[in-house]
Amino acid sequence: MELRQEQPQQNGTGPASGTVPPLRRIIVDSETPPVHVADQVPSYEYAPDPLAGVALDPEANIGWTEERMRTEALTIAYGGKVAVNEVSLEVNTGEVLALIGPSGCGKTTLLRSLNRLVELTPAAKRTGRIMLDNESVDDFDVTHLRSRVGMLFQQPNPFPMSIFDNVAYGLRERGSKRPRKKELEPIVVDALERAGLWDEVSKNLNHPALALSGGQQQRLCIARSLAVSPEVLLLDEPCSALDPISTGIIEETIVGLAVDIAIVIVTHNLQQASRVADRVAFMYLGDMVECGTSGQVFGAPVAERTKEYIGGGFG
Amino acid sequence: MQPTARKPVKVESSWSIMDRVGLGLAWAAGLSLCLVAGSIIAYMAYKGIQYVSWEMITSAPEASLDQSATGGFLDPIIGSLVLTVIGIVIAVPVGVAVAVWLTEYGRPSGLARAVESGVEIVAGTPSIVLAIFGLLIFQQSFMGLFSFTAEGGAVFGRSFIAAGAMMSIVALPLVIGATREAMMTIPRHVREASYALGKDRATTIRRVLLPSARSGIATGATLGMGRIIGDTAIVVILLGASMQISPEDGFGGIFRGTGSTLTSYVYNNSPAGEGNAPEKAYAAAFVLLLIVIFLNAAVGLIGRRNKPQWN
Repeated sequence: MELRQEQPQQNGTGPASGTVPPLRRIIVDSETPPVHVADQVPSYEYAPDPLAGVALDPEANIGWTEERMRTEALTIAYGGKVAVNEVSLEVNTGEVLALIGPSGCGKTTLLRSLNRLVELTPAAKRTGRIMLDNESVDDFDVTHLRSRVGMLFQQPNPFPMSIFDNVAYGLRERGSKRPRKKELEPIVVDALERAGLWDEVSKNLNHPALALSGGQQQRLCIARSLAVSPEVLLLDEPCSALDPISTGIIEETIVGLAVDIAIVIVTHNLQQASRVADRVAFMYLGDMVECGTSGQVFGAPVAERTKEYIGGGFG
Repeated sequence: MQPTARKPVKVESSWSIMDRVGLGLAWAAGLSLCLVAGSIIAYMAYKGIQYVSWEMITSAPEASLDQSATGGFLDPIIGSLVLTVIGIVIAVPVGVAVAVWLTEYGRPSGLARAVESGVEIVAGTPSIVLAIFGLLIFQQSFMGLFSFTAEGGAVFGRSFIAAGAMMSIVALPLVIGATREAMMTIPRHVREASYALGKDRATTIRRVLLPSARSGIATGATLGMGRIIGDTAIVVILLGASMQISPEDGFGGIFRGTGSTLTSYVYNNSPAGEGNAPEKAYAAAFVLLLIVIFLNAAVGLIGRRNKPQWN
């Protein structure tokens, strides 16, 4: 409804046109003094130094990580076709891990295997291990696993219900008794705040979620995932359907969330990877070719394949 | 279900003669269909408005040799409504369940294919066949609960329940079709988003998919109602021949009793039927047509409203 009009125009003027501008530039250009999102997120034990406000520079990030998930020689094949080939990878709390690589290289399959969503594809076969906090994901009840490992999709996909109900969705019907709205409210508000959407929707919590703009919908989906307090958040090209301004806002949100959630992002946008990621893994035809810090992979890639691939993106 | 709006085709002078002829034929076909529909409505309205009166709608039919004393068609109107409600109340839950099973589970695939062709066969079965089949079933002695039982123990097999049950089969393919279509337009990532929040299939279906398919289900139900209200064969065979609604004593009341609907009333009063009161047939047919037009308009409205749109 009215909310839809807030969607930024993309009419080919200004820095917002064409390619996605670097995030730092948005901050510099804004009239308010630059504040890093992490500062707005209160009560984190390991809040980063605000003066490291370069915080979007991956090298100067939080400096505190802890292993959350790990794959060991993970292989996934659809029928006879191997999509992910013996990949071993750690996913750490306190950092953003970007999976990059050409289309069909297995990044999305790898991502979807982390919350066992890949099992919905009947032909998919998996070998190797995936661990969450040193426990195999197969030992978890799949619904429990998925509430600890959240996911955001390429297309914003709020459910056809109110904004409040969307965020509360994951919290409801967990046990036999249905929590009351009063009990859910603080969690919903907190999730919306962390997703950076609270100010825009605080008065319209009962409005239908599908009336929001695309960027708002995607942030609502982030809030929906955050409401069940996941430890890992998987993002599958979360900005590919969004305009540059929405993309910028979501990237800021991601970096802020990485303080206490392990984030894995699949992206085709190398600039985006370099803006948000602390570590980057480059995949090619199912193989993990190279994995290192963002500076390392983009600045001094070791493998020939990586050089070729990022050469296209970084000139 | 919704008509897709397109820009009008502009006939260019460079078009070949075949293209022009084809376009002309398409226009002619469309227009003549409108003409047929329009003339049916106009003729029925012309005849109907002549004869229909408030008294006719609000008084019950009476058996009399004197035409002026045969009353109106209140009972057939009520009969049509009751029968439609029974049919839809059975068809919607069953149809939605079948559609959900087909789209969300559909395994083993052989069984799913069998169910699909079963639905198609039912959709293609003439309602007279369903009616006779229904009579066969409801006359069995174990079905005595659903209709009048004569003293010797013979089961009559004709009642609102019996006719309503067969009517639900008439509506079922429409409910299944519309629900399936609505379920299939929900993108896969919407389902996955629910799974990714730790929800199982049942919760996803109940809380996300069915609400998203609501307008499709409503469309199917409304189309089904239109079919039930317009069906004659099942009424003639399975609802008994009484024009008045005659409830059974005690348990079940009207549902175990017999009656009539607008369609059987039209049939019986037309020269083709037993009676010969065309003016009453025209009046009843006009009311029936109004109900059907109203239901069709409702389908259009429901189809457009409340349909969630994802990218």
